[in-house]
Amino acid sequence: MSRVLTPVNRVGVDERAAALGRRSIKTTAKRQGIRLAASMIDLTTLEGADTPGKVRNLCAKAVAPGLGLAPVAAVCVYPALVGVAVEAVTGTGVAVASVATGFPSGQTSLDVKVLETREAVAAGAAEIDMVISRDAYLAGDDARVAREISAVKEACGDAHLKVILETAELPTYAHVRHAAELAIAAGADVIKTSTGKAASGATPGVVLVMLEVVRDHLWRTGRVVGVKAAGGVSTTKAALGLLVLVKETLGDEWLTPSRFRIGASSLLNDLLLQYAKLDGGHYGRAEDFSKE
Amino acid sequence: MATVTRAALQWDYAPAPEARDAASLRSSYDLFIGGEWVAPARRVATINPATEEPLAEVGSASASEVAAAVAAARAAAPGWAALAPLERGKYVFRIARLIQERARELAVVESLDGGKPIRESRDVDVPLAAAHFFSYAGWADKLSYALGGRSFAPRGVVGQIIPWNFPLLMAAWKLAPALACGNTAVLKPAETTPLTALLLASICEEAELPPGVVNVVTGDGAAGAALVRAEVDKVAFTGSTAVGKEIACALAGTDVALTLELGGKSANIVFEDAAIDQAVEGIVDGIFFNQGHVCCAGSRLLVQESVAEEVVRKLWARMERLRVGDPLDKNTDVGAINSAAQLERITSLVAAGSREGAERRSISCALPDAGYWFPPTLFLDVAPAHRIAVEEIFGPVVSVMTFRTPREAIERANNSAYGLAAGVWTNNGAQAFSVARELRAGVVWQNTYNRFDPTAAFGGYKESGFGREGGPAGLLPYVRLTV
Repeated sequence: MSRVLTPVNRVGVDERAAALGRRSIKTTAKRQGIRLAASMIDLTTLEGADTPGKVRNLCAKAVAPGLGLAPVAAVCVYPALVGVAVEAVTGTGVAVASVATGFPSGQTSLDVKVLETREAVAAGAAEIDMVISRDAYLAGDDARVAREISAVKEACGDAHLKVILETAELPTYAHVRHAAELAIAAGADVIKTSTGKAASGATPGVVLVMLEVVRDHLWRTGRVVGVKAAGGVSTTKAALGLLVLVKETLGDEWLTPSRFRIGASSLLNDLLLQYAKLDGGHYGRAEDFSKE
Repeated sequence: MATVTRAALQWDYAPAPEARDAASLRSSYDLFIGGEWVAPARRVATINPATEEPLAEVGSASASEVAAAVAAARAAAPGWAALAPLERGKYVFRIARLIQERARELAVVESLDGGKPIRESRDVDVPLAAAHFFSYAGWADKLSYALGGRSFAPRGVVGQIIPWNFPLLMAAWKLAPALACGNTAVLKPAETTPLTALLLASICEEAELPPGVVNVVTGDGAAGAALVRAEVDKVAFTGSTAVGKEIACALAGTDVALTLELGGKSANIVFEDAAIDQAVEGIVDGIFFNQGHVCCAGSRLLVQESVAEEVVRKLWARMERLRVGDPLDKNTDVGAINSAAQLERITSLVAAGSREGAERRSISCALPDAGYWFPPTLFLDVAPAHRIAVEEIFGPVVSVMTFRTPREAIERANNSAYGLAAGVWTNNGAQAFSVARELRAGVVWQNTYNRFDPTAAFGGYKESGFGREGGPAGLLPYVRLTV
């Protein structure tokens, strides 16, 4: 069966996203927005050089970001490091998320993807960030994409499944919309923009399109699907811009880590810098805060 | 992601007012005649419609003061027409650059005097005004190319009467082509929004424009009527159809050239294959931009029946997020209604809509106590015969109607005394063009709305007026073709 795309007008999406990007967030709104954004972070490290030591440091930062900010939502690591992370955050309210399914390319067999997911969950991951098979999607094999998502969802058990669309590798916004709908239908609890390893990530336009998909799904079925913006969100301005998109597309009740997440590694420190500036009136230096 | 539950925060934008001190208003302003500031015999206050507080006193020009301005323009006309076109162009460029330099001041004053959100005056009105001067400055020494190589002469003295909805921008639309073609001008801004035209006069002064080339006389409708009947060679008017008809009557049988840009009841047509979320943005932009005080506002929304429910639901959800309030706040989407008289007109037409049986829905938003305000409103179950489907409301009120086939959409859209603009929303390029060809409207926007550009012609069919402004077509009304 050939694919039917719901039309999405790129110019219109980008204009709306840009207009919302011009909202002026000052004083109390900025302070509250920074606290909110920090609480929604999936603090992430996904490097070949990740070690237990690095992950433990990251977890300490996740639990106590500094300046009195609440813990972040989750730490996000590779499957092999889930155990270390779980040990470090148990009892703190911070969740452990693991990427899985041959992250970031997804170019491996379904058996391997399922096994990897099972291992991460068994090690204590409460959230799984999987990637869709872009090779299948771009070749028009929507059924395979959906089948893999369903299989991984089943392997997740009680763990929540975030499905990464890797929007930078999809042809148009209409495909972003279509892939998001496909992922939701196949069982995604959260749809996520990017791996952070592609050319671009959570651009305002892509996030807006995905927010509109979950709004339409909610209206149609009453089921809440979360959104995770990841990839390139490294500044306070970008993070507050995402909150504006969420607020004005879905409403204030979506401004909670159970419905919206920001996947990031360096964002937290910029939030801290800006937060300190609100109190001190001057900008600090990057080295004022520990990198992890 | 139920593993982490934290209480959801309410997150409200803190007030973000543009600094008012960007505008240093004087307590009173004179008339700008022959390069001098001339004290008027009578002054009136201009107020801030968001607070009803007086902003400044401005002249209310008498017929003799208008005549003096026309005489000054007449005296300046031969010299200005004789100037080398390249030199005329330089003056117009200078005006454009000064508008850019004083953009912040102009934006703040526009919002103070007219009630429009600073977001719009800052991002739309002022940049577009500068763009018009830039665009026409470039034409000044290339006129014969725009006119097909024919010989021409300037009209002479032009009287220009502009409305209160885009005060600075309309002044730019009028003055830029007139000056580029070698005419001198007397500009009469609207009674409720005179301030940015006076700032533009001071910009002309700063640009060292020769005295009398641009004259600005503030005043009410009587001053406008006096200008029409003065010794002018051409009249350009933007405003209501009723006044436009009076002007046409007054000038009938004379050799005074006339262009009219009048009212509208423009159709915004959404087909079932449109990108719905972006169409909803276009509907919002079409009717709530500048509080709906837009002659080409998409005030008749025609939606294909198969998607009407989805469009209305999304439109309503979007409307409920509109931020209505202080025009100077950078996060305000909808500002104040321009005047008490306009608020009265909107209120009475909306009452007629309810009385005639349409279902009214207005968003529940806190409106300030002082000033003139009207909540964004839509009407459902509108019949084409209802007054709200026929008459121009010129406010934040959209009438929603449905259609079944493209043929029906075209007939509905054309079934109007007006013909200023239309919008067509479809993902089917062939349909977009075939529908646009059949719409009797001066501007048809495809998958967008209220987009203005100095290089594009703008103007109406039927009771929306005649003559075009913008682009090469906008030069024609300001020249006499001689060969």
